[in-house]
Amino acid sequence: MMDMVINISSALCLFLGSFLCLSGGVGIIRFPDFYTRIHAAGVSDTLAASMILIGLMLQNPEVIVILKLLMILLMTLFISPTASHSIAKAAMNSGLQPLLDTEASKDGGKPSLF
Amino acid sequence: MTMLAGIYSLLSASLFVSMDAVDVAFTEASVGAGISTLLMLTTLAITGRSEHPVRHKPLLAFVVVFFTGALLIYATLDMPSYGDVNSAANLHVVQRYINDSFMEIGVDNIVTSVLASYRGFDTFGEVVVIFTAGIGVLALLSFARRPINDSEIDSINDSMHEEYLIVRIVSKILIPFILLFALYVQFHGDFGPGGGFQAGVIFAAAVILYAMLFGMSVARRVINQSFVQLFAAVGVLIYGGVGIVSMLNGGNFLDYDVLSDDPLAGQHLGILLIELGVGIAVAMVVIIIFFNFAERIGLNRARNEQ
Repeated sequence: MMDMVINISSALCLFLGSFLCLSGGVGIIRFPDFYTRIHAAGVSDTLAASMILIGLMLQNPEVIVILKLLMILLMTLFISPTASHSIAKAAMNSGLQPLLDTEASKDGGKPSLF
Repeated sequence: MTMLAGIYSLLSASLFVSMDAVDVAFTEASVGAGISTLLMLTTLAITGRSEHPVRHKPLLAFVVVFFTGALLIYATLDMPSYGDVNSAANLHVVQRYINDSFMEIGVDNIVTSVLASYRGFDTFGEVVVIFTAGIGVLALLSFARRPINDSEIDSINDSMHEEYLIVRIVSKILIPFILLFALYVQFHGDFGPGGGFQAGVIFAAAVILYAMLFGMSVARRVINQSFVQLFAAVGVLIYGGVGIVSMLNGGNFLDYDVLSDDPLAGQHLGILLIELGVGIAVAMVVIIIFFNFAERIGLNRARNEQ
């Protein structure tokens, strides 16, 4: 019974992780502005990777494997948001302005920077 | 262009992983997608983003490139197909390596045994090439630095603290782990992917991260430049020294069997020492190259402001 619950939750986590990866990829291409695209990339880097790691942790009951995956999860949670933050900060410092509401309604949703 | 080169390095690293060559992929990812891209971006920061408009049509260059490319493609038609069992590489030396490596050298990772023992001369050449690159950068780009003064460091610290708060705090947590990982990769080259080159690059990456976030003046204070230059030479010296000691003990140059009573122990000792030499040399040279490039940015900025 417990086995089944662990199996199903692991499958759920993995499925959620892959779906988030996919939606992150779609977002990178389809979002109108640079900053929203960073958000999509950050989601797939951080949340999708964490979900997949949690799913993998539930797959394998050995303690040593869970510990190693936990370390990787911790590192990912530290590094990926910092990377997204650095990219956004670099863009802000270079002068790229975010696409605000007023422009979008005039533009009709055209992408602002390539 | 720089971004394309970085993407190309990342893709070739993934290609190497798919070919089961994890050591090579590791090195390619760290050096190609990491340090090379960083150095090219630093160069862009020094030189500027767009080139001067070209005044003549580069027709001759195009013809030369076209012919060279055609010759290269013609040469690849003669190569054995991917993973061919009867190719020259697989028939002669590989048999010897795969069959005898564990008995002759006693190291689990065949890549390390080939790199460090069977092909020790080639690896020595690589380390000397890396060292020469470091010396070249030193010869071309170093200049007499003005003495570090404390008030300048404090003012930089104050101005950068608010702006780079998040990255600074996260990197302060992470840099010890990066250094620890570099040491792990260095000494686990015998048993898994790893070895001197990767470890040196990761160590240098930690130092470069610190220098980028906390400012060049602070970094120059923490990491003494003469120490770094000395140790780059010490790395190459360790490698050559192992070879000389082997000759003094009666064997050939870089023959590790004679380093100890038992040939297997001798091989282990030899491989450990030369990987150490490689790691030290690579780390110090990458630090030298980055520091000299980064000093140039400050110099150019000061010159432009005058």
